[in-house]
This record gives sequence, structure tokens and C-alpha cells, in this order.
Amino acid sequence: MGRRERLAQTQLGAEGMDSLPALLHRNVTQFGDAPAYREKEFGIWQCWTWAEAAKEIRAIALGFLELGVEKGDHIAVIGRNRPAHYWSMVAAQMAGAVPVPLYQDAVAEEMTYVMEHCGAKYVVCGDQEQVDKVIEIQENVHQIKHILYTDKRGMRKYDHSQMNALDDIKAEGRAGHARFDAELDKRISEITYDDTCVMLYTSGTTGKPKGVVLSNRNVIESAKNSADFDHLNRNEDILSYLPMAWVGDFIFSIGQAYWCGFCVNCPESADTMMTDLREIGPTYFFAPPRVFETQLTNVMIRMEDAGKLKQRMFHHFMAHAKKVGGLLLDGKPVGFGDKLKYALGNLLVYGPLKDTLGYGRFRVGYTAGEAIGPEIFDFYRSLGINLKQLYGQTEATVFITVQPDGEVRADTVGVPAPDVELKIDDKGEIYYRSPGVFVEYYNNPDSTASTKDAEGWVATGDAGFIEENSGHLRIIDRAKDVGKMADGSMFAPKYVENKLKFYPDILEVVLFGNGKDRCVAFINIDLTAVGNWAERNNVAYASYQELTANPRVLETIKAHVEAVNKSVAADEMLSGCQVHRFVVLHKELDADDGEMTRTRKVRRGFVEEKFSDIIAALYDGSPSVSTTTEVTYEDGRKGSISATLAIVDAPVVPVAQHKVAAE
Amino acid sequence: MLDNSEGYVTEDGRKIGGVVMEMKNITLRFGGVVAIKDISFDIREGEIRAIIGPNGAGKSSMLNVISGFYVPQEGEVWFHGSKRPQMRPFEVAQQGIARTFQNIALFEGMSVLDNVMTGRLGYMKTNIFQQALWKGKAEAEETENREAVEKIIDFLEIQHIRKTPVSRLPYGLKKRVELARALAAEPKLLLLDEPMAGMNVEEKEDMSRFILDVNDEFGTTIALIEHDMGVVMDLSDRVVVMDYGKKIGDGTPDEVRNNQEVIDAYLGVSHD
Repeated sequence: MGRRERLAQTQLGAEGMDSLPALLHRNVTQFGDAPAYREKEFGIWQCWTWAEAAKEIRAIALGFLELGVEKGDHIAVIGRNRPAHYWSMVAAQMAGAVPVPLYQDAVAEEMTYVMEHCGAKYVVCGDQEQVDKVIEIQENVHQIKHILYTDKRGMRKYDHSQMNALDDIKAEGRAGHARFDAELDKRISEITYDDTCVMLYTSGTTGKPKGVVLSNRNVIESAKNSADFDHLNRNEDILSYLPMAWVGDFIFSIGQAYWCGFCVNCPESADTMMTDLREIGPTYFFAPPRVFETQLTNVMIRMEDAGKLKQRMFHHFMAHAKKVGGLLLDGKPVGFGDKLKYALGNLLVYGPLKDTLGYGRFRVGYTAGEAIGPEIFDFYRSLGINLKQLYGQTEATVFITVQPDGEVRADTVGVPAPDVELKIDDKGEIYYRSPGVFVEYYNNPDSTASTKDAEGWVATGDAGFIEENSGHLRIIDRAKDVGKMADGSMFAPKYVENKLKFYPDILEVVLFGNGKDRCVAFINIDLTAVGNWAERNNVAYASYQELTANPRVLETIKAHVEAVNKSVAADEMLSGCQVHRFVVLHKELDADDGEMTRTRKVRRGFVEEKFSDIIAALYDGSPSVSTTTEVTYEDGRKGSISATLAIVDAPVVPVAQHKVAAE
Repeated sequence: MLDNSEGYVTEDGRKIGGVVMEMKNITLRFGGVVAIKDISFDIREGEIRAIIGPNGAGKSSMLNVISGFYVPQEGEVWFHGSKRPQMRPFEVAQQGIARTFQNIALFEGMSVLDNVMTGRLGYMKTNIFQQALWKGKAEAEETENREAVEKIIDFLEIQHIRKTPVSRLPYGLKKRVELARALAAEPKLLLLDEPMAGMNVEEKEDMSRFILDVNDEFGTTIALIEHDMGVVMDLSDRVVVMDYGKKIGDGTPDEVRNNQEVIDAYLGVSHD
């Protein structure tokens, strides 16, 4: 059977597919022996076909009924990407309950709030660590009736009166199927298109997390539209390694996987992700820019260790790829000689490199969440890897805009996704309306009302504009972060931060200057890149903190800031945002300390408050600042580190007085 | 002191069985130096038994006596109810005793997987020629042993370094690989020589958790040497304290902690 026929067959069952269990049933009937899930365990990829997976899911659902799960109950799922966790979510839906995946690295206090808010009576935990956390929060949260866990290790000694292994629940479900089959079938048949499919908590750069309620309609329509847009079919392979609590993972690993019927591959552990990526060679891939940055940094570091011949070959052909690779990918005309040379390069360099990276079979992939450096983006595209950008939100069931094939650029986020309407208000804030628009924030009508209006338009909170000739959307910054400098010119921190972050040496930047006469910045260095540089240049350091204070490091960073200032000065609108003074922070901004969200977005207000002493020093002209910072260790204990940070003055480009006032 | 032969129940509810190994009046001399002087104690099934003491107390010598590497001049070692004759190290391994070393003793050039596989040697019955030909029996045997090894790799969470040469690993991970190799032998008695030496706090915590998990999951009896008092007190069920080759204390961590002789040995005696 050819690809197209298979695709056509996938589409056949489109009618009446109004829930995940219905899609699962269709997949089992149409291609029950095709692989649905793979997970690497004990060094081997274990595989489940759709038929096998369906049996497991049904057994879990029966187990849920036996436990007393009722319609409308919430079932929290906390763990890494494993088939059993995905099954638990679908099983929850079968039983009429609402799955609520949570971030597994959240500390107990964060989890307490979310658990209390959603009122989950049942919790599926990955392992002992998560169970311990749930037990800890039970001191404050009392509604939890039963804890289930996947990994039995270390669990023997626990009080099992309200706890059980998922496998045991499955077995009990199987044993008791005669009693519960009818009830389960009844509950499955009662699911409607507008019932809740899943509830996902937004990480929230400000305030408490909000529970976004997504209906079956939201999930299935979004999955269908996006799958059509990129011609996804059941032959795709994806690697599921992003947090299960994140909407993207739900859409890719459940929504689209069930809609298209493709295979979800789960890595062995978080640390083996890169190896597993290489072994699976996904055809459809999603990663935040950070993953691509890290990979590129590693490639470059390894190339420096390679032999002379290899280095020359690499640089020669990469230069050629830079010239024509992107054009070839976009289907633009390229000379015959160049094509031939590209083919040779593919044989000698690009192909092997792609295999090493795990992108040998890469057909289409996305990056989103943050801006990606144009050089990084172009590097992958020039290799023939069809990497694109999309812009999305939990509230939109991911998709707001996407880049169509052939119209891919580093500086835009694409055109509105199918069935998505877009408008921009007079302040520049982006609004959208689509079938994917969320139902509500759970138990939070005020926030729902302030985000979504009566006509279904949702405020993104991002400021941007639509390019006139291409129709592509460009994002400037978070609307609330865009401010004004003292002289009235525009302050858009993200724009400058991203430019700086595109340097491999720089991991994170926070720019300040709203309402002030000039901008100052916090900078986090990237330990991998700078550490490697230090090793090569015989710069000795004993700790991250010591490395950040090294004068040569500061010198390098200063050069980057200077270059960025030049480029910022060239932008008429944002020339006021040049960095006058900066400091390289002595610690990495970290989610455990509350400085970032779990999805690694900086909590600007929090950082501003926490490091107010450093900001004050940046503005008052002092050459250095002594500071003590509280840090949280991985096990939740707190400590503090003190440091004296050097403040560096960066050269700025003088800008002619703005003409804004005259206009 | 607990001396009923039926065993006892620990604070956290684990049942400790009868005596697995008993040291009776052990004395070990190197020429004129007396490393161990007339020491007796026992190790019971399923317990974590620690031997502690300041530097030079004779801990490692004691462990070497248990593992059969040193033969004491006086005294007897009883293992599973019978007096142990003098034996060579591989015979000790065959009896079900495995160990890790204070100074890591791994095959540096080999991958983690291969290193752990060496722990399975005792379970390989095919000869070198069969293995070289890699036919039938040898292949099946390797598959079987690889499976056992993979379970241990999973258990100790070292999947990400499975194929990495040991020489490229940091210290803490090497220690974990050594533990993996010892576990691969499926020992009845596991001897750990300073498992936390040279580790940072986080690595120590990880290691402690793994030691507890091993004991809990496989029911392995563990005897360990350590001079980090804090770790030992949290981990072990019973502790033997040595100082200058003599036993100065033996009992539960609490008993040992309140033993005046132990306090003196560790903190020194005030002379006022």
C-alpha cells in the first residue's frame, strides 16, 4: 500500500470521530498491527501496536472504574513521557474523567496549588519521587483518594491502603472486566465532542497557574487541521520527550498521534534523549530553540576536535549549504552545478551529520516558544532539514500561526493556521479566534472573561504586527513587557535579549529600562560553550561563579553586547534599547528559585525584585556590587551564595534625537 | 546488643534474618603490625551492617578478611553456618560475595556495559572458543546475561552512559558503575568499601538512596565501610566501630552514637 492510499485510509474515518477513545477504536480496526507506542527499556525498544495499546488502555480504564472513578473526576498524571502515562490519560477519558498532566519537576508547593485547584481525587505518578511529593502535599490537600504509580522501585515499604501500582490496577481491571465492561462502554458512548478532553495548567509568568480546559473539539479540530497542513500521516515517527504537562506534547503525542495514527516513541530517560533521537530518527519533530542551539554548539565543539581534512571538508560544504541549501528546501531555482555540489556535500557531510543528529528521516519539524537565532535556524535548513516556526498558546490548543513550506523565515512566525482568524488591536496586541480556542479557565470565570470575549476572540498578551506584503506575523514582545523609555521611545526587551541570546556564549539575558533613560542588562553565560572555551584557552576555573567573574569572559561578553548595540541602533524604532551597562550574574536563573517558569521563561518582575540591589548598582554608576542570593537546591533545601559582581560599561552607538514627538 | 538467633525487626519494619556471616576472634598481623585485634561480630541476613572508624582503624583490612583476600592469623570466619576454609578470591565470589573498592577498580578502556557484564562471569558457562564463534549456546547465554545487566543499569539509572568508556566518566558515576558490576554478580553479601569517599553532597545522597534501594529491592545483605559518620548512621541497621584495630562499639546507630568510647575516638578526649 502506498503512502497516499494509507493517508486516504486514515482520513476515511473522519466522520463521527469525536473523542480519543473513538479515534483509538478507529485506529485499532483500520491498522491494529501498526506500531502505536515504543519505549526504550532495558536497552531495547519495546513496541506496542494499536491493538495492544488499546487493550492496555482499556484495562487501565476498567481499573479506574473498580477504584471508583466517577464521571467528571480529575485524574492528575505526574511523570516523564512513558506509554503508561499516555495510556492513563486516554483511559481517564474513557472512564469519563478529566486527565490533568502536571509538570513532574514542579516543587511540592507549586503542585499543592494545582492539585487543590483541580481537586484531583486520583493521581498517577511516575515513580517514588513523585509519590513522595504527593504524600507531602497531602498534608494540605485532602481530597486525594488514591495514588497510582508506574515504577515499583522503592515502593514496597509504603502504606498501600490508598496506593497501588498501575500494573496491579490494570490486572484488577482485567480480572473484573465482566463487572465493569458494560459501565465502561456506556461511559465511552456518552462522551461528546464538547466534553472536556484534557485540562492543562499554564506555567504563568505572572501569578498562579491557570487550568486551561480543552474540549474534544479543540483537540481533534486542531490535530486535524495541523495534520492536513503538513500532510502528516500514519507513517510518521515522533519522539516524545517534552513535558507531558505542556499543551504541545498533548497535541503531538496524543491529538495528532491518534488522529493520524502515527507512532509515539518514548526515550529511555531524560538523559538519553539525544541517543534515542538518533536511534528513532523521527520524521516529525518538535523542539524548543534551546535543543537546536545545544546540538549546534555540540557539533561545533566536536568539529574543533576533528582532524584537519574533516574540518576543511565540513567548512567548505557548510559554506555551500548556506548558499543554496535553504533555496533548495524552499523549491527555488538553483544552478545545475550548485545542485551537483550540494548532492556531493550531502553524500560526504550533510547526510552523515544529519544521521548523527538524528535527523536522517526528518520530514517536517517545528520550533517555538522562544525566538530562534537566525544562524541556528539557517544552519538546520541549509542541511535540508525542514525546520519551521510556529506561534501558539495553550489557550489556542497550540496553533495560531504556522509557516507553510516554501515560506520559511527566521524572523516571522508564519501565517494564520487553518481556520484561525487573526486581528491586531490599536496597541499592537494580537488577538485570535479558532476552533481550538479553549473552553474556559477552570474555576476562574474572571480570568476567562478577561482573556476571551463574547465573540470568541482571545487576547494573546503578545504584541506584534502582520507584514504587509507577505501576510506573515511578526512578534515583538509580550504586550505587557513593551514599555516606554523616559524619552518616550519604545522599550521592547525581548528584541534585544534575543539578539544577545543568539551568541552561543550567552544563555539568558534580562533587559531593564522601562521608564528609565537607558537600558541595563543581566547576563547568564552558557556553561557548556564558555567552559569549553576556557578549557581551550587554559583558563582555570573551579566553579560557575568563578567563571562568570573571569575578566576575559567579561571582555568577550562585552564584545557581544557592543555588536548587538550596533545592530539595535540601526533599528529606528528600538534604538533606545541599547545596553549601557551589564552584569554577568553569578548564578543561572532557575525555575527552582522562581526566577523562571517551568518552560524556562524569565519571570521579569520577580527577577527585578529579587536582584533589586544589582539593578540599583547598574544605574548608580558603581563599578561593582556585592550581593547575597538565596538558592534552592534540587532537593528543596535552601542555601545562599554571596558574590561581588563587576559591572561592565558597554560602548553604545549615539542615536540622533527621535522624531517621534514631531509626528 | 541483639543476640537472639531469630533476627530482629528494624525501625522501618524490615525483618532481619539469622546470621549470614560470623567473625570469631579475628586477629590479623602484618609482620609486627597488628591491624586487627581479636574482633568478633556477625552480619545478619538482609541487614545493612556498617564498619566505621577513624583513619587507620583497620576497616579495610576487616573488609578484606570478610572477602577472603586476607587470611587472619587467628580466629575463624563462619559463612552460612560453616567455617570457611582458606580460599582464593574467585572461590569467594562463587560463594556469593561481591565487593566494590575504595580506589575504583574498573576496566578504564571498556564501556560501562562491558564492565558490568564482567560481573556476570560467574554465570557464563561457555568457554572462550564457543564465545569466539558466537554460536548457539554462547549467544543465548550472552542475551540472558545482558538482560540481567540491563535490569541493573535501569535500576542504577546509568542508561545514558551505557556505551561510554569508563575512563571518560566522573568519579561519582564510576562508583555507581562499580556498584553495578558488583550487583551483576547477584551477590548474597555485598561489600562496599567507602562507597561515598570523595563524593559531593548530592552524589552521596544518590549513592545512599541506591544502597537502600538495593537492600530493599533485592534483599541483599550489605556490609559497608565508611568514615562519614552522618551517612553511616542514616543508612545502617547496626554498626561496628573500630579504633586502632580494636572493636570499641557494636550496636544500632543510636547505641553507638551514645557510646562514650566512640565519642572519644571520633572527637578526641578533652584533657581538662
